[in-house]
Amino acid sequence: MQIKVTVNGKKFTSDVEPRTLLVHYVREVLNLTGTNVGCDTSSCGACSLHLDGEAVKSCTILAVQADGAEITTIEGMAAADGTLHPMQQAFMENHGLQCGFCTPGMVMAATSLLKEIPNPTEEEVRIGLEGNLCRCTGYHNIVKAVLAAAGK
Amino acid sequence: MIPAAFDYVRASSAAEAISLIGQHGSDAKFIAGGHSLLPMMKLRLAQPAVLVDISRISDLSYIKDAGDHIAIGAMTRHMDVEKSSVLAQHAPLLAHAASHVGDPQVRHRGTIGGSIAHADPASDLPATTLALGATYVVQGPSGTREIAASDFYKSFLESDLAEDEMLTEIRVPKMNGAGWSFQKFNRRAQDWAIVGVAAWRGANGSGVGLVNMGQTPILASSVSTALAGGASIADAAALAVDDAQPSADNNATVEYRTHLAKVLVRRALEQASA
Repeated sequence: MQIKVTVNGKKFTSDVEPRTLLVHYVREVLNLTGTNVGCDTSSCGACSLHLDGEAVKSCTILAVQADGAEITTIEGMAAADGTLHPMQQAFMENHGLQCGFCTPGMVMAATSLLKEIPNPTEEEVRIGLEGNLCRCTGYHNIVKAVLAAAGK
Repeated sequence: MIPAAFDYVRASSAAEAISLIGQHGSDAKFIAGGHSLLPMMKLRLAQPAVLVDISRISDLSYIKDAGDHIAIGAMTRHMDVEKSSVLAQHAPLLAHAASHVGDPQVRHRGTIGGSIAHADPASDLPATTLALGATYVVQGPSGTREIAASDFYKSFLESDLAEDEMLTEIRVPKMNGAGWSFQKFNRRAQDWAIVGVAAWRGANGSGVGLVNMGQTPILASSVSTALAGGASIADAAALAVDDAQPSADNNATVEYRTHLAKVLVRRALEQASA
């Protein structure tokens, strides 16, 4: 089936099998491998990306369901000149990553959270990131980074 | 994990969806947000031959004040239920329960209709709407019918929906200021409840729904009957499992669930009565 999507501002038209998961489409068809496959069961959040501006888990969405959508992946967060997105910058400055595997998903979930709650409390950040697991257990600095990005 | 191959068709109205599901017969399934169905398909626990995508039926996404009840379109997402000011005012128990479904990413996709039609006894919204005395509106080839939530759930993942029927609306009676509580006991934030309780108590009586305490979501009628008869909260909560049939799993034995349900019902009633 043919789908048309806009990913990180670029338009793509692709033929996909209906069973193709969005995460595999993004990684294997578009070669955007920043979006990770972690648990593959919509638990860990490593595959989070933005679908029409909201964080979703791309391992639990069919590519055909995203037909017509605007998608942003971690590759689309920095500016064209390489300037990091404020959330990426905040993760860097606050050491919000250890192994880095969960980081793309964390950044996508955290930016979506700040759209919904621009000035979250620490508790709201922790609850807002409940769909993202960090196996290094580096949550403390991740929360610090999100609060820093929110201007706190 | 990749689902088994299937054909995919998209419906733009409820009537078209029902016609498509009729054409494709019992091997076809509706898909809304897909957050219950797709995980099952990835595990090959479900292998539909055809998926009829109903998530784009935009006129089934709404939350409306309809006088004595709130009407919620089946394709309304959990996030929209959670953030609804209409529900915050008239059915805060439902809005709050929706905020406990999965995690934000899941709530951006999953729908109230999908969750109820899936009829998972471990899901939060079936038991919550059951406790609230909701009515479900179902559309089929020959028109619509209304099903009381208390008549809807038949067995594990089985509801009163016929193969060619689609849940279109959830009608939740206004709570009229009744006290309420939602207790979800789990070990990790985004997990299903090991046991959950949705309860309200007001001038018109009470309602107590149990999550993950049987093959279907459970209405703990014995608790409400006891309260109506003047029983104390502690005595009523002791009847929490009279209507339930808990089973054991990796998280809990039957004894543990039974004990937990009584504790959580007591806590819920205390909070709802405060």
